[in-house]
Amino acid sequence: MKKDHAQLSADFNANEPRVNWHDETLWWIRQKRDKAANTLPEWEELREAASAVKYHTLSNLSEYLQQFEANAHRNGITVHWAADAAEHNHIVCTILKEQGIKRIVKSKSMLTEECHLNPYLAENGIEVIDTDLGERIVQLADEPPSHIVLPCIHKKKEEIGELFHEHLGTAKGEADPQVLTAAARLHLRETFLTRRGALTGVNFAIAETGEFVVCTNEGNADMGAHLADVHIACMGIEKLIPLRQHLGIYLRLLTRSATGQPQTTYSSHFRSPRPGQQMHIVLVDNGRSTQLGREEFRNSLKCIRCGACMNTCPVYRRSGGHSYHTAIAGPIGAILAPNLDMKQYADLPFASTLCGSCSNVCPVKIDIHDQLYKWRQVLMKDGQGGAMKTASMKVMNFTLSSPGVYRTAGKAGRWFLRNVPFVVNNPLNPWYKQRDMPEAPQQSFGEWYKQNRKQ
Amino acid sequence: MRVGLFIPCYVDQFYPNAGIATLQLLEKLGVEVVYPANQTCCGQPMANSGYEHLTEGCNRLFVDQFGDFDYIVSPSGSCVLHVKDHLHLHDREAEATVVRSKVWEITAFLTDVLKVEKLPGRFPHKVGLHQSCHGQRGLKLASMSELVAPKFSKPLQLLNMVEGLELIPLKREDECCGFGGTFCVTEEAVSVKMGKDRVEDHLEHGAEYITGTDMSCLMHMEGILRRKNSNVKVMHIAEILNAGS
Repeated sequence: MKKDHAQLSADFNANEPRVNWHDETLWWIRQKRDKAANTLPEWEELREAASAVKYHTLSNLSEYLQQFEANAHRNGITVHWAADAAEHNHIVCTILKEQGIKRIVKSKSMLTEECHLNPYLAENGIEVIDTDLGERIVQLADEPPSHIVLPCIHKKKEEIGELFHEHLGTAKGEADPQVLTAAARLHLRETFLTRRGALTGVNFAIAETGEFVVCTNEGNADMGAHLADVHIACMGIEKLIPLRQHLGIYLRLLTRSATGQPQTTYSSHFRSPRPGQQMHIVLVDNGRSTQLGREEFRNSLKCIRCGACMNTCPVYRRSGGHSYHTAIAGPIGAILAPNLDMKQYADLPFASTLCGSCSNVCPVKIDIHDQLYKWRQVLMKDGQGGAMKTASMKVMNFTLSSPGVYRTAGKAGRWFLRNVPFVVNNPLNPWYKQRDMPEAPQQSFGEWYKQNRKQ
Repeated sequence: MRVGLFIPCYVDQFYPNAGIATLQLLEKLGVEVVYPANQTCCGQPMANSGYEHLTEGCNRLFVDQFGDFDYIVSPSGSCVLHVKDHLHLHDREAEATVVRSKVWEITAFLTDVLKVEKLPGRFPHKVGLHQSCHGQRGLKLASMSELVAPKFSKPLQLLNMVEGLELIPLKREDECCGFGGTFCVTEEAVSVKMGKDRVEDHLEHGAEYITGTDMSCLMHMEGILRRKNSNVKVMHIAEILNAGS
């Protein structure tokens, strides 16, 4: 059986100094986000506006999608529709094969991670080089990204040095970030110049103009798209916004939330192919319509993939992105993944204390922690809790629904704790493993009250 | 004003002193307080585990026990939040709605309803305030570090009235302690790590006591403190507000 979030987190926590390092690194980014947010007195109004525009868009999604398709078509872009991951992968592969392209560059796209495009193309004889530095690093390590904005945040610079030594021929033991980045740049530059196909993600697609915007800090999307004969942009259907003027709201929020920068270094608008170039957009559903139909979870589609909920999540910081065993980790991943597969991701909505910090940092005001709670209800009603958990919950309900049973059980429990503590003070009790049990008092509050106050 | 005292199940069983302090504090402030004897639990342990559909028995009991009071007051932000957000009864929804609207966490009740401006207490110790998430972010007992908004804190406002109390600063003012209900056992590794980190922040800043509005967070941190043989104690905020008078 595959390990669940709790087991994967326990593995991650076997190395406590590493957990501390991971936690501190992400907390530092969270603090940068706070600083950036506080430079804008209108921050909370911006979040409200961003949320409202997305709500409106999602409520009228089919119309905006058709408007976008028509305008993109007018701009000379070929628009494809993919119902699911398989169709998306097939479309991309077919475009490349028709052009005889066997090697492509790809800038960051979480959608292609979600669809497992890289292995699919590899099976079909097409090599993909990820050009986002973080993604390139995890690609060399043959790992999935652990964070949607910072794909290799789980790796220390020494480990990256080791990888580069092995794959790019840097000196053994070289761990200076500047030297390593220079080596990666050299290696990628050669790649950019020789690839005829470029794939990018999409941060925002504008219905009004039929254009799309790709945000990167490294300029790698532009470099790929500008040099290639064929540019394929893959986007989830929820990436749409109605008007170009709405972009200002999101561009101000996105990177401040993500890394604490005022803007991404590059916010590139793609509107039409240059002469001789082909430009394709693949609009992907892959469960999004289903989620749109789940009223309680619809808001999750507002997500602009800033990763702020991951950086702030005290669980994510101490369990690492891979513990979520899905392309999009953290709190947002935990409310998106069960929509795709309830059985496989039944553990994720429970990987939270429901502290609510995620909802507070979310730039589009997704009620993430409330949705985690709601997913728990849906999953348990669907039978994903198993017979044992359901049975123990029924016992708990029986005890707590009857004051007499509750009082007797409480008294007995405290008696056992005082007189035969080894019943609970043993390794079978997960509380006791690293924590002492509370002391059991002689009297409950109820018993004290009966003795000390007139009834 | 008649107040029904709602003492959460685990406080009743393990931390009666927090309940006694809440009662005495309210009595001292001239409030008529009654503890309905047949109360048990708000149902949150089941609901947070995904079994809200099994909480009808708890909900019915709660409405029966507390329906008649002007206010329902409790020394737990988390349990109060659960009642506020999730207490429903399909056949008595009007009554449930009233109950949801009149349940109060103790510190908010003191600052917002009783509008307490001074307290007679004395507690000459270094105290760290743990912001329990459900009270802070759920009931909005205090401003939150994520939001761009004016700063305030109801628990702090009250602690500042206690003579001799020295509040210690924290590196992370409102990070979760990792208790999280059943999370503390189902996700044991992360829960404990979160608890250790939170406790460390208080220890590094010289706390003699860690206090807060939820005994559950404090129970979790107490378990960690005692395992490392620390002398630092946890104490519910009502016990501090009620101390030395």
